[in-house]
Amino acid sequence: MKSKLTQAFNQRFFSSKSKKDGFEFWVFVGPLVLGLFIFVYIPIIWGFFLSFFEARNTVTPTKFVGLTNYIDLFGDTRFINSLETVIIFAVIIVPITFALSLGLALLVESLGANSGVFRTIFFIPTACSYVVASLIWKTSLFNGLPSGFANNILWVINEINPIAWIHTTDPPYYWLVLGTVRLWLQSGFYMIIFLAGLQEIPRTIYEASMVDGAKPGWQTFRHITFPMMRNTSISVLLLLFIEAFQAFDEFRNILATGGSSGTQILARPPLVYLYNVAFQDQNYARGAAGAFVIAALIMVVTVVQGRLFGFGKTEH
Amino acid sequence: MKSKKLSILFMFVIIATLLVACGGGNIADAPADAAEVEEASADTCEEEIVLTHWYHQYGEEGTFDAAQRYAAEYSEMTPCVTVEVNWVPGDYFASLNSALLTDEGPDVFELQTVTLDRVAANQLEPMDDLFEGILEDFNATAMKRVTIKDNIYGVPMIIDPQFIYYNKTMLADAGVEVPTTMDELIAASKALDTGRVKGIYLSNDLGAYNYLLYMATWGANTDFIDGDQIVFNTPENVRMWEKKAELVETGSMLLGATTEWWDPGAFIDGLAAMQSCGLWAMPGVVEGMGAENVGVMPWPALDESATPSVWIGGWNQSVNANSPNTEAAKAYVKWLWIDNAEVQIDWNLGYGFHVPPRSTTAAQAEALKAGPAAEVLAMLPDYGNTTPVTWTGAMDTIYQDAHAEVLLNGADPAEQLQLAAEAAQKELDVLLGN
Repeated sequence: MKSKLTQAFNQRFFSSKSKKDGFEFWVFVGPLVLGLFIFVYIPIIWGFFLSFFEARNTVTPTKFVGLTNYIDLFGDTRFINSLETVIIFAVIIVPITFALSLGLALLVESLGANSGVFRTIFFIPTACSYVVASLIWKTSLFNGLPSGFANNILWVINEINPIAWIHTTDPPYYWLVLGTVRLWLQSGFYMIIFLAGLQEIPRTIYEASMVDGAKPGWQTFRHITFPMMRNTSISVLLLLFIEAFQAFDEFRNILATGGSSGTQILARPPLVYLYNVAFQDQNYARGAAGAFVIAALIMVVTVVQGRLFGFGKTEH
Repeated sequence: MKSKKLSILFMFVIIATLLVACGGGNIADAPADAAEVEEASADTCEEEIVLTHWYHQYGEEGTFDAAQRYAAEYSEMTPCVTVEVNWVPGDYFASLNSALLTDEGPDVFELQTVTLDRVAANQLEPMDDLFEGILEDFNATAMKRVTIKDNIYGVPMIIDPQFIYYNKTMLADAGVEVPTTMDELIAASKALDTGRVKGIYLSNDLGAYNYLLYMATWGANTDFIDGDQIVFNTPENVRMWEKKAELVETGSMLLGATTEWWDPGAFIDGLAAMQSCGLWAMPGVVEGMGAENVGVMPWPALDESATPSVWIGGWNQSVNANSPNTEAAKAYVKWLWIDNAEVQIDWNLGYGFHVPPRSTTAAQAEALKAGPAAEVLAMLPDYGNTTPVTWTGAMDTIYQDAHAEVLLNGADPAEQLQLAAEAAQKELDVLLGN
């Protein structure tokens, strides 16, 4: 289906003669482009220049320092630690979210006509803000008091004494808090993407396989469903990795706010580190330099992953 | 064709609405301004000055209304000047720092300590002239926090001493003496820990937060900066960090409380026998537990050769050097925190307890003359201390992180202090231009 807007777009950029729809084109696209420039592109370019200057307590610096900010960044063990943290986090959270979302999608789809209700139930957490969820996890579900939800459950099960979930470093229970909040928030959304992927698979293939004697269940999933969802799976993986590398909200709200931000050293992803550097220490140049390092890292991971799994290839 | 034109018109309406919504704050405030402008215009102003005044979010009930009331009172009595209060919840300093980068920053705002980096970046207007003849009347430690190279960049509003509260009954029942050294504190916390009631509540990050860390540092006879040198890496400080790690090891500290350390809730509820907190919490603590049951003590010394310590924090009011109305802003600050004893008493004692920085005002503060509050005031001359103005946020983060590594990750104190000292020295060198 070709919409009016696409036509206008094509005419504007690909044909030199038509000016008929130019006005409408800019009415619709203009504000968006303007917003993109002012709020996205200009800050990115500005940040890039900033990263080569000394910019403390100012964003209009005058002292050019070359690559000093980048060198300092890699000389700071706190930044290196934050990179380690986020890589470990990604390696753990991505496969779990992937498996859980896929599992949910298969379960929900198998319900047939009744799937709508469960689809909605699992999708609702996506609408919840990370900050709100983080605070619920921190102060209600996983607080360290005997009255906390998790501690209550432990007591009921086996009279286990209260655990300080966020502050116990051995074993590192805080990962449980950080991991579950992200799972709860994300799984529903990716389940919807998987459901869409599942519906793309032609029924006829399943029917044909039945005729050939394939058993429903694992065999069908292994040889038909999963391979047919290759592109869906790869996009979900890419998105999950990018989101993991951009982790900020729950780490900041569970470990780095209030009067006890010392816990942030337990698991400080790069964005929390950069936020501190830029907005607390007021070293905007180093903050900008770090942002470009993270962007580069995300790009490398995305490209490598795309190559590895063959994103965009068809099944033929 | 008609519907197409309609849809374009509709788009314009939406865009116009969005644009209007962007400036929402101003438009919403317009009616109030208009009324005040009208009132003031009776005096025929050359131009109407609007001062924006930023506060961080105070926790005590009634503070927001009080801040609004002062501003309204000043606006009414001063022709051509209107003060608008902006109450900033959440991360006050992140919002303030971003705002100060622009031309739209606040005219008047609060700072905890005036630091050299802000002066170097020309964020603060000198205010020496406001103190002519009355400088001696201000608390010397509070003035140390706003004075850089003989210039004064802020007016102290409140002094917030921080120390340790203890529950007298619980200590007596357990036969525990008030601890004065770290070893005694560790022993006391262990003895007071009954499982349900923990020995001490420092904070949810095991006592890693900065003010407590300052007190521990002074308690180890150690300071932060001497001239152009970082000096916190001393053998005594290493031992203090080891002692704090030992306190964590006992498992007698309250963790995962739903209230942060600055809220006395956990202490009042009897979840811990001791808690680090500040004078601001005193009214609530006395009301919750009875004055006879409330004990206060400084952070214990490392050993007999060292001195216990109390952190003298607080808030100051500064004027934005880039404000177009610095003179009007200074006049407003002078009215509030220098001339107006009534406001100072109200702000310092009407909600939570703070010490008024002007000694003549403090002398009128009846509430601070008896009970545990008076004991706190008595501790200040001997034990009170504050960080130097060259101690910036960046150094603070480095120092805190190193300390948290020790407490939370079991890192080696000597190694962490060494690393932190090197990193902080780099920051200091940049700051001083060496």
